[in-house]
Amino acid sequence: MATYLEFIQQNEERDGVRFSWNVWPSSRLEATRMVVPLACLFTPLKERPDLPPVQYEPVLCSRPTCKACNVDVPALIELFPSFQFPPAYGGISEVNQPAELMPQFSTIEYMIQRGAQSPLIFLYVVDTCLEEDDLQALKESLQMSLSLLPPDALVGLITFGRMVQVHELSCEGISKSYVFRGTKDLTAKQIQDMLGLTKPAMPMQQARPAQPQEHPFVSSRFLQPVHKIDMNLTDLLGELQRDPWPVTQGKRPLRSTGVALSIAVGLLEGTFPNTGARIMLFTGGPPTQGPGMVVGDELKIPIRSWHDIEKDNARFMKKATKHYEMLANRTAANGHCIDIYACALDQTGLLEMKCCANLTGGYMVMGDSFNTSLFKQTFQRIFTKDFNGDFRMAFGATLDVKTSRELKIAGAIGPCVSLNVKGPCVSENELGVGGTSQWKICGLDLTSTLGIYFEVVNQHNAPIPQGGRGAIQFVTHYQHSSTQRRIRVTTIARNWADAQTQLRHIEAAFDQEAAAVLMARLGVFRAESEEGPDVLRWLDRQLIRLCQKFGQYNKEDPASFRLSDSFSLYPQFMFHLRRSPFLQVFNNSPDESSYYRHHFARQDLTQSLIMIQPILYSYSFHGPPEPVLLDSSSILADRILLMDTFFQIVIYLGETIAQWRKAGYQDMPEYENFKHLLQAPLDDAQEILQARFPMPRYINTEHGGSQARFLLSKVNPSQTHNNLYAWGQETGAPILTDDVSLQVFMDHLKKLAVSSAC
Amino acid sequence: MNVNQSIPPVPPFGQPQPVYPGYHQSSYSGQSGSTAPAIPYGAYNGPVPGYQQTPPQGISRAPPSSGAPPASTAQAACGQVAYGQFGQGDVQNGPSSAVQMQRLPGSQPFGSTLAPVGSQPAVLQPYGPPPTSAQVTAQLAGMQISSAVVPAPPSSGLGYGPPTSLASASGSFPNSGLYGSYPQGQASPVSQAQGHPGIQTPQRSAPSQASSFTPPASGGPRLPSMTGPLLPGQGFGGPSVSQPNHVSSPPPQALPPGTQMTGPLGPPPPMHSLQQPGYQPQQNGSFGSARGPQPNYGSPYPAAPTFGSQPGPPQPLPPKRLDPDAIPSPIQVIEDDRNNRGTEPFVTGVRGQVPPLVTTNFLVKDQGNASPRYIRCTSYNIPCTSDMAKQAQVPLAAVIKPLATLPPDEASPYVVDHGESGPLRCNRCKAYMCPFMQFIEGGRRFQCCFCSCINDVPPQYFQHLDHTGKRVDAYDRPELSLGSYEFLATVDYCKNNKFPSPPAFIFMIDVSYNAIRTGLVRLLCEELKSLLDFLPREGGAEESAIRVGFVTYNKVLHFYNVKSSLAQPQMMVVSDVADMFVPLLDGFLVNVNESRAVITSLLDQIPEMFADTRETETVFVPVIQAGMEALKAAECAGKLFLFHTSLPIAEAPGKLKNRDDRKLINTDKEKTLFQPQTGAYQTLAKECVAQGCCIDLFLFPNQYVDVATLSVVPQLTGGSVYKYACFQVENDQERFLSDLRRDVQKVVGFDAVMRVRTSTGIRAVDFFGAFYMSNTTDVELAGLDGDKTVTVEFKHDDRLNEESGALLQCALLYTSCAGQRRLRIHNLALNCCTQLADLYRNCETDTLINYMAKFAYRGVLNSPVKAVRDTLITQCAQILACYRKNCASPSSAGQLILPECMKLLPVYLNCVLKSDVLQPGAEVTTDDRAYVRQLVTSMDVAETNVFFYPRLLPLTKSPIESTTEPTAVRASEERLSNGDIYLLENGLNLFLWVGASVQQGVVQSLFSVSSFSQITSGLSVLPVLDNPLSKKVRGLIDSLRAQRSRYMKLIVVKQEDKLEMLFKHFLVEDKSLSGGASYVDFLCHMHKEIRQLLS
Repeated sequence: MATYLEFIQQNEERDGVRFSWNVWPSSRLEATRMVVPLACLFTPLKERPDLPPVQYEPVLCSRPTCKACNVDVPALIELFPSFQFPPAYGGISEVNQPAELMPQFSTIEYMIQRGAQSPLIFLYVVDTCLEEDDLQALKESLQMSLSLLPPDALVGLITFGRMVQVHELSCEGISKSYVFRGTKDLTAKQIQDMLGLTKPAMPMQQARPAQPQEHPFVSSRFLQPVHKIDMNLTDLLGELQRDPWPVTQGKRPLRSTGVALSIAVGLLEGTFPNTGARIMLFTGGPPTQGPGMVVGDELKIPIRSWHDIEKDNARFMKKATKHYEMLANRTAANGHCIDIYACALDQTGLLEMKCCANLTGGYMVMGDSFNTSLFKQTFQRIFTKDFNGDFRMAFGATLDVKTSRELKIAGAIGPCVSLNVKGPCVSENELGVGGTSQWKICGLDLTSTLGIYFEVVNQHNAPIPQGGRGAIQFVTHYQHSSTQRRIRVTTIARNWADAQTQLRHIEAAFDQEAAAVLMARLGVFRAESEEGPDVLRWLDRQLIRLCQKFGQYNKEDPASFRLSDSFSLYPQFMFHLRRSPFLQVFNNSPDESSYYRHHFARQDLTQSLIMIQPILYSYSFHGPPEPVLLDSSSILADRILLMDTFFQIVIYLGETIAQWRKAGYQDMPEYENFKHLLQAPLDDAQEILQARFPMPRYINTEHGGSQARFLLSKVNPSQTHNNLYAWGQETGAPILTDDVSLQVFMDHLKKLAVSSAC
Repeated sequence: MNVNQSIPPVPPFGQPQPVYPGYHQSSYSGQSGSTAPAIPYGAYNGPVPGYQQTPPQGISRAPPSSGAPPASTAQAACGQVAYGQFGQGDVQNGPSSAVQMQRLPGSQPFGSTLAPVGSQPAVLQPYGPPPTSAQVTAQLAGMQISSAVVPAPPSSGLGYGPPTSLASASGSFPNSGLYGSYPQGQASPVSQAQGHPGIQTPQRSAPSQASSFTPPASGGPRLPSMTGPLLPGQGFGGPSVSQPNHVSSPPPQALPPGTQMTGPLGPPPPMHSLQQPGYQPQQNGSFGSARGPQPNYGSPYPAAPTFGSQPGPPQPLPPKRLDPDAIPSPIQVIEDDRNNRGTEPFVTGVRGQVPPLVTTNFLVKDQGNASPRYIRCTSYNIPCTSDMAKQAQVPLAAVIKPLATLPPDEASPYVVDHGESGPLRCNRCKAYMCPFMQFIEGGRRFQCCFCSCINDVPPQYFQHLDHTGKRVDAYDRPELSLGSYEFLATVDYCKNNKFPSPPAFIFMIDVSYNAIRTGLVRLLCEELKSLLDFLPREGGAEESAIRVGFVTYNKVLHFYNVKSSLAQPQMMVVSDVADMFVPLLDGFLVNVNESRAVITSLLDQIPEMFADTRETETVFVPVIQAGMEALKAAECAGKLFLFHTSLPIAEAPGKLKNRDDRKLINTDKEKTLFQPQTGAYQTLAKECVAQGCCIDLFLFPNQYVDVATLSVVPQLTGGSVYKYACFQVENDQERFLSDLRRDVQKVVGFDAVMRVRTSTGIRAVDFFGAFYMSNTTDVELAGLDGDKTVTVEFKHDDRLNEESGALLQCALLYTSCAGQRRLRIHNLALNCCTQLADLYRNCETDTLINYMAKFAYRGVLNSPVKAVRDTLITQCAQILACYRKNCASPSSAGQLILPECMKLLPVYLNCVLKSDVLQPGAEVTTDDRAYVRQLVTSMDVAETNVFFYPRLLPLTKSPIESTTEPTAVRASEERLSNGDIYLLENGLNLFLWVGASVQQGVVQSLFSVSSFSQITSGLSVLPVLDNPLSKKVRGLIDSLRAQRSRYMKLIVVKQEDKLEMLFKHFLVEDKSLSGGASYVDFLCHMHKEIRQLLS
């Protein structure tokens, strides 16, 4: 099996693809019996330092209906028998082979030279209803960000509070802004009219009509190259005031987030459609007026909770969601993306606004305050560069998926919207966003990952010849951060196997991690629209069916149940998934749920797994740091634990360690080793913090600390107040919960799996 | 006519002219030729027909019947134009004969009328149209001739252009018997009149009431009251001589003038009437013509023949001269009042006392009644019953200027603080404590003088009474001893029970292409920089409490954040004009001193920012809305200064279209030109008033901007409208800046409510002015300055008591410019009368005209202009007829007898009737009319007085050394001497008219050019020269300007120049080109109306 693991890893490294099954069942019927669908996690922009740039355009299969790129020709010829070499390939020889014909280049990137290069656009949409120090911190972050932007990038600034101000950046001396009422929903046309975008803004343009290329640069006074207005904008940001409208006692400030976003979208729509652009929304509270308002301004009426939503008491939710969805769809259609940076102690309406980020591939960042390193560093990290000095972001991507005829595309789950391209390879059964073979991903980074689901359509009675392979090609058109258009083509092929005769092969080629994540994505996707318990039930049933299918057991004998190595971890993932905030809303606000789900739907496999099942490291004098079970039994007095849940990094000092620290041993030279022990998890945590986006919440706590709850809520409650035998023993900390533990869960699973009843 | 108007094109004037000439030709053909002087009258001719419109029928008819009878030529002359006669008659009072002579023009028409009897009516009715083409040409010919002739006349020593010719003519009279006769007659009548005291006396029984006009002429001495008469003297050197001629028959009679007229005919009686006036004038100022007319009619015909026989030359001469002097002269009245009442302070202690005229400088001592500077009434003696009031038809109205500025030597109202309990008021009617309240029961209670309710005196206010029942502290308390005072208001008098914040001024500047191109924006911004230091402040405050804000706009609005902490102003553009809002709160309204640097920077940058604008469209309603919302957000009252250039055609609420349509004039739809195009403006105004947001609008139109609509909001919010047509920085800079400075600096009260309470029996029923009313009693004024006036009309509720009189209390609750809430109280006690004569004896014509003008100007919103004019005429006739019937001593029906206090009513009313609003000339734009209409609505009495009857000041008559203002002359071309220079002003316009034969020295010292021909016509600035004359003239101009609330731009007009037509428009005693009647003609017409009413 090691080979399979290697194979999987190699594939991931090379193509950014992880399939749930690496050998494919060759008939539709068998495929459905596999329970876990044939699907993959695909990271379109998987970082490939070794990838040679190809400076010409791809050659397409000249059959009009196919249009596949001709990468990995041998495979293609095999899989697309009708592939016809275009005439351009007439001069191919053994020594002069184009890169795409070399087998190691199953992924290749073309750089398109033609077409106007349009600069990147960053439109800041800034909430001014903030506390003074929050605003100050935000202003500083924004000013700092100017230096990180590419010099020719266009920036724009919209501020909002009770009113929405679109700042004109070109002017000298007096600073101008266009102001909009925060309560009025405006159409894109109205916005453009009011901003004066519908007609030539400057008479000078008429004087030189011969330079249409210049047009986009001058047509908008609101978006200007950073290098030109750097100073201006810095000053402008510096002068930003808190929203001056008085907020009376017992009221929330009036915040026109909905209109501000609408204007931002309208502005870009009117000036730079189909150009890479980020709308970055910084908000410090819920929208309280106008379209998209989430809660009224009466403080005595709290913002909706899950409870309200279940009781259908969230007055504004549907309307607001509709508003933001409309905006998100328009934004996506224009190829722009929306980031949401929401920093507030209370909810900010992410639930309603989530689609803005989700559909456009924007980021969603949630924090307590703009004046925290969590926000500052996360924001800074957006502008980090890769080894080429390019930003790790791409825009306006379309992902086109092609399959060989035995397969059809069922759908995708990730930060994308459907482009509604129907074709012969589009399945009627939808999983996720389906009904299309193309998706638009307006904002991408190097780890953005989509789950793509397929359906095997080959009929049982039309067997595929031995050694036959199925092929899938992912064609990603995108705008690189250098503003160049690029096309990345990934072609993969996998063997078919007859599930009846070669089940072992298939079983061995099961990628339980990918499968867990893919199933989780399906579950989360369902959870967005269905009741929580239903989703859990569905997941349970899938798990049971999978166990029934692949487990080895004697009927009605739970004790005999065994799973092969390739499946062994899967139930555990499911156990933790059930307890995860992605599916459990208890103890989470609607905003938090949205936030977690947002990230879950876009991170790559490794990160996703961490989210499902946090990693726990243990530090002690007994040896080097080691990963330990995510179990209450791991919580020991003489250990330091480091838990990474992706969203949080928790350092937990066991009881004894905490006492030692309190006693100040770490400061005594003779106990320097203790000092080192204390330091070790901190260093490791820093390492994680440095690498992760968004920056996790960093929690440093100890036994009995209130923040220890973050740890306690994650671990498997193997010891609770219910199994009293554990009390007083040195085996870990009891968790005060009624949740079932993994053991109980497994017992039930086994019982059900072996039962013939279901 | 607004000064603003660019110089009107010649054509319009020219056109009307032809019409007139037509008359001449037809009638006089021959004569006209000789009558050279006729030209000046040309105008008359026109107007005359106007009159006749009404009269025509009468005339045309009358003539026929009477036609036969009229034998005497003289009569004939009169008869032709019934009016003519009247006029003559009137004139005759003084110089009756002269009148006739002057009539020449009129008489000419007569001639014409005579010729085509049938046609007459037609001609008359249409003022302009009558002349057939033939006539026109003929007229033209005549005109030319006349003009040619004119030159000759100048030689005559008399000041008047025409007169000169007359003089010469007179000289000739002796020669030609016929001619002579007329002039003589004229002259003689006067002299006769004088001589006939006996006759006069009988009439005098009533004299005190009515001033006789006639007295003047030679008789002047006798009849001091007679103003008109004085003039007669002028021509009279000859008259005596002439008399003889005429006298042939008449002299013996007391009524020589009339006789002269009639003399020829033979029917003396009518003549008498005419003459009588001349004589009688002393008494009532009755005009003999009254009867005359009928006979006259008859006479006219005959006259015509006579004329015919008599060559033209004579006619022209005589008529011109005499006429005007005989009829009541505003100048004389004004001068008399000035001399009689200008010296003593006017003490207000006595109830029902008629104050001196507004034209008189006098000092007021407040002893319990409000100064006439605050309140003037049409009558200070109110009829006790409504029946009487109905009979008299004299409107009972008060013109109230609550915040009037007082001359420096009069103290402004004391401020009284009654502490936390607020001002003491009657519990029932809520009237405020005032000197008329009666304290009873030893001072423990007081009886309300308005509603008779008995109220307890609060303990802290208690004071003992002295033996007369007066409180001992009466003289220590302004509210117990003065007519005007102020209370500090308590929080109960404030909006939302919160003391107001200091008000704010917001400057809203149009920065569309037009505004930039004319240089307006640059000029304005430059000016504002310094002007902001002069915001009104209260009392001794060191700096003004008023905050300022700035907005510029074209079809979007730009707000500016000028917060002091900013290094640069910030501009905020609001393009959502459909749904206006204020984009910022903090930093929009700022203290000038704190934010000076930012404001200066802003004002420097505004012209630059928009220098290249191509935006021509503007919005209007959203601008005001924005200002109003800004004040609302700041929770204060305030004023918006709006500088606007064009019709707001951009897509926005209140969008207007050009609906100017001259074809509507004189149709039933004419009123639509005065009505706002859409209701949006009224709605907006209402909101503004609720917020205490007053709008001052400065308009700089190049073309039609629909002033009627745009001025709605300023009008309803108590604001002002200024209009500068075809604004050019070079030409209009001074006027605009001067107006702006004054407007910004003047003291304003904000968010005001005015209520007029009256004692039982009368009630305020109608209000005129710039304000808004949401109920029937409270006048709401978003802003109120010292120039704004509210006219209130009263009606009877019940019987009044002669004993107790009638009381008015005007209470104005307002926010001062420092943000203090105050109540200003004005009290006025009036007498009540059971005799109509008392009413007529205590009237004030200027106030009456103020009321009637406002009434008429409001009427045009709802009725055809003609109907409005007719109403005015009818009312005036009724007033005078009632007097004649009930108060004047019996006299012949042909006599026109006017009450002394109202003897100027006809002339002033005529001025109102022929004002641009009621009778527009061809060159008057719709915007001008609307502009004037709304201006007049809030004018005070002094302003309406001079506006309707402009002042015409001769500059070189008095010695250069004299420091006093020269005495005005009557506004008639006849009064102009071509060897002199005149200033004419009406509060809006200022003309310097230069006679064609002014001495070179004068020209040199005033204009620094060597000859008349080198003077630039239309010049608006006199060169600054270091010589006495130049200094004096410029000094006079400056002092005139200082007297008026608006800067008057000077226009230099040369005699015989194109511009002169514009100037002549203001010679209101003459016939106007637009068909307005001459004074004389109108008086005749009025006489006729009265006679009809009496019969």
